[in-house]
Amino acid sequence: MAYSEKVLDHYNNPKNVGTLDKSKSTVGTGLVGAPEYGDVMRLQIEVDPVTQLIRDARFKTFGCGSAIASSSLATVWLKGKSIDEAIQIHNMDIVEELNLPPVKLHCSVLVEEAIRAAINDYRQKNGLALLHFEAHNN
Amino acid sequence: MLKLPVYLDNNATTPCDPRVVEAMLPYFTEVYGNAASRSHPFGWAAEEAVDYAREQVAKLIGADPKEIIFTSGATEADNLAIKGVYEMYAAKGNHIITTEIEHKAVLDTCKHLEKQGALVTYLKVNKEGAIDLKELEAAITPQTILVAIMYANNEIGVINPIREISTIAKRHGVLVMTDASQAAGKIPVDVNADGIDLMAFSAHKMYGPKGVGALYVRRKSPRVKVTAQIDGGGHERGMRSGTLNVPGIVGFGKACELCQLEMEEDAKRIAPMRDRLEKALLQLEESYVNGSTTNRLPQTSNISFKYVEGEGLMMGFNKTIALSSGSACTSASLEPSYVLKALGLGDDLAHSSIRFGLGRYTTDEQIDYTIQCVTDTVNKLRDMSPLWEMFKDGVDLDTIEWEHH
Repeated sequence: MAYSEKVLDHYNNPKNVGTLDKSKSTVGTGLVGAPEYGDVMRLQIEVDPVTQLIRDARFKTFGCGSAIASSSLATVWLKGKSIDEAIQIHNMDIVEELNLPPVKLHCSVLVEEAIRAAINDYRQKNGLALLHFEAHNN
Repeated sequence: MLKLPVYLDNNATTPCDPRVVEAMLPYFTEVYGNAASRSHPFGWAAEEAVDYAREQVAKLIGADPKEIIFTSGATEADNLAIKGVYEMYAAKGNHIITTEIEHKAVLDTCKHLEKQGALVTYLKVNKEGAIDLKELEAAITPQTILVAIMYANNEIGVINPIREISTIAKRHGVLVMTDASQAAGKIPVDVNADGIDLMAFSAHKMYGPKGVGALYVRRKSPRVKVTAQIDGGGHERGMRSGTLNVPGIVGFGKACELCQLEMEEDAKRIAPMRDRLEKALLQLEESYVNGSTTNRLPQTSNISFKYVEGEGLMMGFNKTIALSSGSACTSASLEPSYVLKALGLGDDLAHSSIRFGLGRYTTDEQIDYTIQCVTDTVNKLRDMSPLWEMFKDGVDLDTIEWEHH
């Protein structure tokens, strides 16, 4: 299968690989997927307590090139966004941006789940109610 | 200068040896007759070429030329052998014994026959990829008509003890069929010494052309018969109709002759390169060879690099090195290799595997390049793997509750 240029670029030069201190109350961590399915994504956000904007986002991903590229792209998009804006990131936005083929849709779904898991982790740490998301029907 | 890309997927297919191509060429434009045309010199010349190739093919495996049935490849030969025996020996029984790690051409043929009433036993293998011969013997019943076990496995290269297998089968009067696609031309195969009754093999795995293969069908002690699966002009002693692929067969014959002459030297040159590659890659932490390392084809190595995913790993060098992964990370097939899973590998290790298939044209320079690229990419991907980080932090990944879709 041929990968799109954008997938290759993120794979070769991944943005924001790394780890944030998950014990900090400003950091939200989402860990999704499972080794047995060949994809595990860990996405972290750090929220600025003053501006309430995501000031840093980091990922580590075990998975195929599309999974790595999808998570890298998500961190780029997350930086500078508010939580409300971040939850608007839809898996199909990732699919369109990276030209993911149908067999790789699950990579984008996983990223969406990782973003939402990271946001809820942050909300939980800060005494905020968890957001409930509709189950994915992709 | 190293010419890129490097081809290390010789278990999938091999390039044609130029000497094979040279032998084939006249049979496209000069000697183009139908080998079944008995009434003119074009046909005679084609038939003569086929007869000669049949001798070359037979000689490689210690068979009589009359025992070679040309087919379109090993898949067709597997189908003809298994379906053909099932139909021909229906009066004797309906039980077939095979293994969990056969090629799909055998497994899916068996599944097809199960729908028609066959009983199939799929023998398990241990972590080395070996079957238990006691289990094989215990599985044989008065209804057993065929033991179908591959000579060498395509993914891990492990070689089965065909001689012991056939000794057991013979004791119970059961026919032995083997898919020798990976073994023929790479290691010595002798149908008489090995006690093989039917054997499928293919030209394109041994530096011959694609689209041609053969089924060996024993003619003496016992005389084996198969029911034809393709009806028509009654070619190949009625067992496989269809105009013979003369250039392909000529190429197959030449490929067999070259393998017979050179396989020992090839193996002596290739195995040390394979061993060097393997040793260097095992320097990486948490990397493991899959299957037996002692009882194995000389050109194959299957390695899992824990905590990196195979497809993602290959993307790091798939423009410069042609390899195959045991992982297929698509929504259509999230299942990693069934062969590796049969060895008892967890899904995580099965997803992390790469198969290296060296060949006649592999060079030391290519191996150096491959060692460098694979090592760099594994290290790079581990730096971005959450699993690697957890492992390094001493987290037991089995204690984590992963999501289950």
